Amino acid sequence: MSATAVHSLWTTTAAASVNDGIDKIDAPNIEYGQLAPTLIVIGAAVIGVLIEAFVPRKSRYYAQLFVAVVALAAAFAAVVALAAGGYGTTKARIAAMGAIAVDGPALFLQGTILLAGMVAIFTFAERRLDPVAHGNRVDSFVAQAGAVPGSPGEQAATKAGFATTEVFPLALFAIGGMLVFPSANDLLTFFIALEVFSLPLYLLCALARRKRLMSQEAAVKYFLLGAFASAFTLFGIALIYGYAGSVSYGTVAKVVDGTITTVDPALAGTMGNDALLLIGSAMIVMGLLFKVGAVPFHMWTPDVYQGAPTPVTGFMAAATKVAAFGALLRLLYVVLPGLRWDWRPVMYGVAVITMLGGAIVAITQTDIKRLLAYSSIAHAGFILAGVIATTEDGVSSVLFYLGAYSFVTIGAFAVVTLVRDAGGEATHLSKWAGLGRRSPLVAAVFAVFLLAFAGIPLTSGFSGKFAVFKAAAEGGAGALVVVGVISSAIAAFFYIRVIVLMFFSEPKADGPTVAVPSPLTMTAIGVGVAVTLVLGVAPQYFLDLAGQSGVFVR
Amino acid sequence: MNPVNYLYLAALLFAIGATGVLIRRNVIVVFMCVELMLNACNLAFVAFARLHGNLDGQIIAFFTMVVAAAEVVVGLAIIVSLFRSRHSASVDDASLMKL
Repeated sequence: MSATAVHSLWTTTAAASVNDGIDKIDAPNIEYGQLAPTLIVIGAAVIGVLIEAFVPRKSRYYAQLFVAVVALAAAFAAVVALAAGGYGTTKARIAAMGAIAVDGPALFLQGTILLAGMVAIFTFAERRLDPVAHGNRVDSFVAQAGAVPGSPGEQAATKAGFATTEVFPLALFAIGGMLVFPSANDLLTFFIALEVFSLPLYLLCALARRKRLMSQEAAVKYFLLGAFASAFTLFGIALIYGYAGSVSYGTVAKVVDGTITTVDPALAGTMGNDALLLIGSAMIVMGLLFKVGAVPFHMWTPDVYQGAPTPVTGFMAAATKVAAFGALLRLLYVVLPGLRWDWRPVMYGVAVITMLGGAIVAITQTDIKRLLAYSSIAHAGFILAGVIATTEDGVSSVLFYLGAYSFVTIGAFAVVTLVRDAGGEATHLSKWAGLGRRSPLVAAVFAVFLLAFAGIPLTSGFSGKFAVFKAAAEGGAGALVVVGVISSAIAAFFYIRVIVLMFFSEPKADGPTVAVPSPLTMTAIGVGVAVTLVLGVAPQYFLDLAGQSGVFVR
Repeated sequence: MNPVNYLYLAALLFAIGATGVLIRRNVIVVFMCVELMLNACNLAFVAFARLHGNLDGQIIAFFTMVVAAAEVVVGLAIIVSLFRSRHSASVDDASLMKL
């Protein structure tokens, strides 16, 4: 290397030509306004981390709750503003240099996730259910996650009034990832969003105040299986990248369709290799089916739903499902429509075994949280019936179903937190016997949720199921609808059984008590009931809204 | 050298990792096998990037490394807390909840 060349490393005159080159690079063009919902939520999560570092312990709970609620409300307002500005329909576009799609399904699902997240945050913040410990009100989360269960350290932490207020930023990070997941427009963004919303959920699962061993066990199971599934997803992405030479949804779709115009020799070689495409897309879809809890990949669901703190279970059951089904829809409808003759039979089979499997195994359950877990598996099957319709109606029926289902789920799990005995929540079904005589209001509200799960007319469950099955039947899956109706009938059996147990059996002497919650949980339950009844009695406005948001941008 | 050979190696590593997840009993080893699967993905990405002559795959490999690091942070936190309360890191011992 000559002396001048070395010299040019730290002088500007000699390096002028290099600088010219740098000046010519175009800065990426980021549409901050269109990405505002995600940016607000992630920003608030970062502020939440700073609050943990700098705000005194006593005021952290209020600061965190305030930041979380304000951020979610602001992000929801941003989603509404975008939708009102026509980004859901006529101005749908791809933002952030091709990484994020801003279109109808994305905005609808983001709105649903934000509202469900807000309601879930209310249940996270509930501090009146557990008895007051050493003069401090306590929430559902452990005093200090690092303390060994039952150790002096844990007792000292409880006595000192510690609280795991980190749950609020963790939930916000999860919600941020969930906002990106259904709107991701390339496979890299897709994978990063998957991890961003999964990792906080693994941690949240481990943080229960009561039954900590079960909670940690649930977290380990969820983490190992989740990491296993995301490794499959990533290998699938690698194979698709190998097939198409790109991870952008639009380009991959063109290569799959065979409509791509510029084909270089390497791409011409890999395009002919269907094994890459088929195995790759199967592995990606596998990861998504894991997240929604569809049957061959559902083993984690009951254990994790049972072990996780109940507010977290409600949040996971609602918001994860919305995000994962959104991403599944976009993947199947935007990236792989050219492959639909291959994926439709597979999804058909998965939907059948998911509906039947979830409904049949739920009958044998004796724990209310496990029962709701299997019920959520069956519901994943019903939603898959809408996914395979491959029509615009299919998309909008799935959107409507997800919106209706998520609030019912959070409300139902919020009711589960109220029924308590000395050991915390009384989740065994036998303890719920006669609840309707002791606390008619709570039992009646839970009965409404169960009827909505069962799909009884005048509840949101009926409108949702009707929309999904109608779309599936019109999409040429009539047999699937028959199976769906049969498994709904099977599922109705165990929902009704719980209602009968609550209202028509004698209360036990040592039965559980029903805690009187603060307005936070009351709001969560109230929203659940309101959504159930409004979407059941007058669903038309929301069906229209979902109908208008049924078109993906590509 | 034919890039397909790297792909075979990646598939082999991935299969070894997946088998390990299924048959090993220690949580840490299971987790290491997951990491092996992620690294197999990296190899596949880099091999395909070379094959197609664009940089996307190499950039994704960096993202994968960051994700793997984040996963280690979260995973070890959970595994260590489980180990401290049970004095065991066997996946068979974690069986409080069964059907």
